[in-house]
Amino acid sequence: MAETSGHVERTISVDFVRRKLTALLSQAAWQLPEDYLAALRQAHEQEIAPLGQEIIRLLLVNADRAQAERLPSCQDTGMAILFIEVGQEVRFVGGDVNTAIEEAVRQAYRPLRKSVVADPLLRQNTGDNTPPIVHYAIVPGHHVRLRVMLKGFGAELMSRLAMFPPSVGVEGVKRFVVETVKEAGPNACPPVIVGVGLGGSFDTVALLAKRALMRPLGTSNPTPHLAALEQELLEDINALGIGPQGFGGTVTALGVHVVAAPTHIAALPVAVNLNCSAPRRAEVLL
Amino acid sequence: MTMTPRPLRTPLTDEDVANVRAGDMVLISGTLYTARDAAHQRLVAALAEGHPPPIPLAGQVIYYVGPAPAPPGRPIGPAGPTTSGRMDPYTIPLLERGVKGFIGKGHRSPPIKAAFVRYRAVYFATVGGAALLLADHIVEARVVAYEDLGPEAIHELVVRDFPAIVVNDIYGGDAYESPFTTP
Repeated sequence: MAETSGHVERTISVDFVRRKLTALLSQAAWQLPEDYLAALRQAHEQEIAPLGQEIIRLLLVNADRAQAERLPSCQDTGMAILFIEVGQEVRFVGGDVNTAIEEAVRQAYRPLRKSVVADPLLRQNTGDNTPPIVHYAIVPGHHVRLRVMLKGFGAELMSRLAMFPPSVGVEGVKRFVVETVKEAGPNACPPVIVGVGLGGSFDTVALLAKRALMRPLGTSNPTPHLAALEQELLEDINALGIGPQGFGGTVTALGVHVVAAPTHIAALPVAVNLNCSAPRRAEVLL
Repeated sequence: MTMTPRPLRTPLTDEDVANVRAGDMVLISGTLYTARDAAHQRLVAALAEGHPPPIPLAGQVIYYVGPAPAPPGRPIGPAGPTTSGRMDPYTIPLLERGVKGFIGKGHRSPPIKAAFVRYRAVYFATVGGAALLLADHIVEARVVAYEDLGPEAIHELVVRDFPAIVVNDIYGGDAYESPFTTP
């Protein structure tokens, strides 16, 4: 660390970022988070439909196999979605950090499926799963936090966004979230994890929903009325009876996570980002 | 609904498809052809232009999958189903040429479900997310068409006891529609 104009500056080489990120992405492909495995084990206890319970058992065995063999648990290792927190006292050295990040994705996906096309209309595969989707945040401090999600698109495709007027209220929000899960049905690979963004603007509400999916299962929103909303939504969704893989059952969602933000007096934006039954996420602090 | 899995061997006959009902478990052995979005688009465009298909279609079963690369010493990487509904716009031309089965996950549209009845073909689902376990049942794999599509190329798979559930049968049955009621 070096003193510069009264501040303690920390330099981090972009090559160090590249190596850490490559390892993190690789690990996220085969090592499913412990909070998720605990939730899935609990779902196995809770599910009363025999076929649904058998499907959850297969997902648990599949997750064990992935970890033991260091192979991806699912062929769809998605697009790499990166949340990168950069302490404001950090200075990257040794090159362009964005290039280093892209290189990390290229290396980590070498043994994984390449699922990215360069142009949404021309649809030519980029061949190396780049580019990733990167969200930066500048925060106080000297650290860099890398959080990654390998987002499969079966569930992404069933996600929805609505710009409601305030009059729809909490009931309108609940209806939209539950309908989204119902319409997704078996397509989103239930039991799903439901990320709900509330507020902000058209562009940010979707990001709130995605951030909600980064939160570990078994945790609640710290704000009481939003924690209550999460619980009510979880009950309503599990009452749909969709069940594991859509073959009926009592476990349709493993969790509902709500993230809210201030919004305009005219609007109640809602985004629902669905995650399949296997969240591939990981994080590291540099 | 048969809980004991019924063995099926590809290519499927009219008798094979007549013998299964929505909700039946099956274990499929024989050859499957993989195809997902890009391969369907190219295959159906080729058929529309009067070109011969690069794979046999009569009696065959198509598996909607884009497999992960094969790890060293294995025929294929993790290979679970992708969402079938995206292939609905391409399904009828394949049924017209005698395809008898499709494996994927998720809903089909009402016109496609009706087409399964009309053309006597079956739609199976297998377990999304259980990709490593499903790959255990794939004993051989090779790219047979559209190699430039990478993971979306058409692979010929030899499978043994590949597990699936009949979703849409030739009688109009739909395993996703049977309502779940608490016992």
